[in-house]
Amino acid sequence: MKKNWWKALTVLLLLYVAVAGLLMPVPRLAILNETIRNLYFHVPMWFGMTFILVASVVYSIRYLRHPTVELDILSHEAARTGILMGCVGLATGSIWAKYTWGTWWTNDPKLNGAAIAMLIYGAYLVLRSSFTDEQQRARVSAIYNIFAFATAMPLFYILPRLTDSLHPGAGGNPAFAKYDLDSNMRLVFYPAVIGWTLLAFWLAQVASRISLLKQKVYEKQLA
Amino acid sequence: MKNSLLNRGLGILGTWGLGLKGLALLLALVLPVLRAAAQSATGPEMADALRHDGKIYVVVAVITVVLAGLLALLISLDRKVSRLEKELKDN
Repeated sequence: MKKNWWKALTVLLLLYVAVAGLLMPVPRLAILNETIRNLYFHVPMWFGMTFILVASVVYSIRYLRHPTVELDILSHEAARTGILMGCVGLATGSIWAKYTWGTWWTNDPKLNGAAIAMLIYGAYLVLRSSFTDEQQRARVSAIYNIFAFATAMPLFYILPRLTDSLHPGAGGNPAFAKYDLDSNMRLVFYPAVIGWTLLAFWLAQVASRISLLKQKVYEKQLA
Repeated sequence: MKNSLLNRGLGILGTWGLGLKGLALLLALVLPVLRAAAQSATGPEMADALRHDGKIYVVVAVITVVLAGLLALLISLDRKVSRLEKELKDN
């Protein structure tokens, strides 16, 4: 139970975010209006995705140095969780865009960059499922994962900043400049980022443990 | 609101014995402030009525219950996996 304190923290933070996210005062801004509260839910998806994908790459590198089934499973489940969070991030962003920019999707560098990055990660899943040999699958997907990460991160965070973009945090459009002054929002936003990131790690951990159990049962049946 | 303030202002001015000039000066000073106050109350539209009603708490309660339910499911899954891990180790 002692090593599960962070799961209790996840529950507390997420419940706090659900309540405070709706009740705490926010700046009164035109166009955004109450949708500014999406900051507590849409943005943490991308933070959580980034952290869990970093974890996935770390496991992939460790796998290539010392190949074990555990590391392969951990990196795969972490990547899957990251992809899930990215898709949720795209979907929530699309809804938010509809009611503030007036369109579900627009050819914005930040949006297209994120979409391409998600496709690159989608190819990771396709690649992985196309091998029958387990060691080959683990090795090739670990290598691909490193390249996918190295390609996706500039698409998320660097390229959109080099051009003009509607999206905050891209082009000449800084993400937090407007909210930085508002300490009320920070009181909810930082716990939200931590809470949703921890939830991603929790989901990836449970999924990994199930895969590992499956692997062990399989080995026992063979023995 | 504005009218009642003006009436009260006029009354006070009358008792203080200020003339029309004084009234004009006071209006010149006070009116911009009144306008600013009126603007901040109508600024960008927010869900003020929902908050005033207390109905926002209904939404908060529903979201909290849904989230708590999902998290409870995750906790129970976590425990089930722990039990399986223990069983597999014992065998």
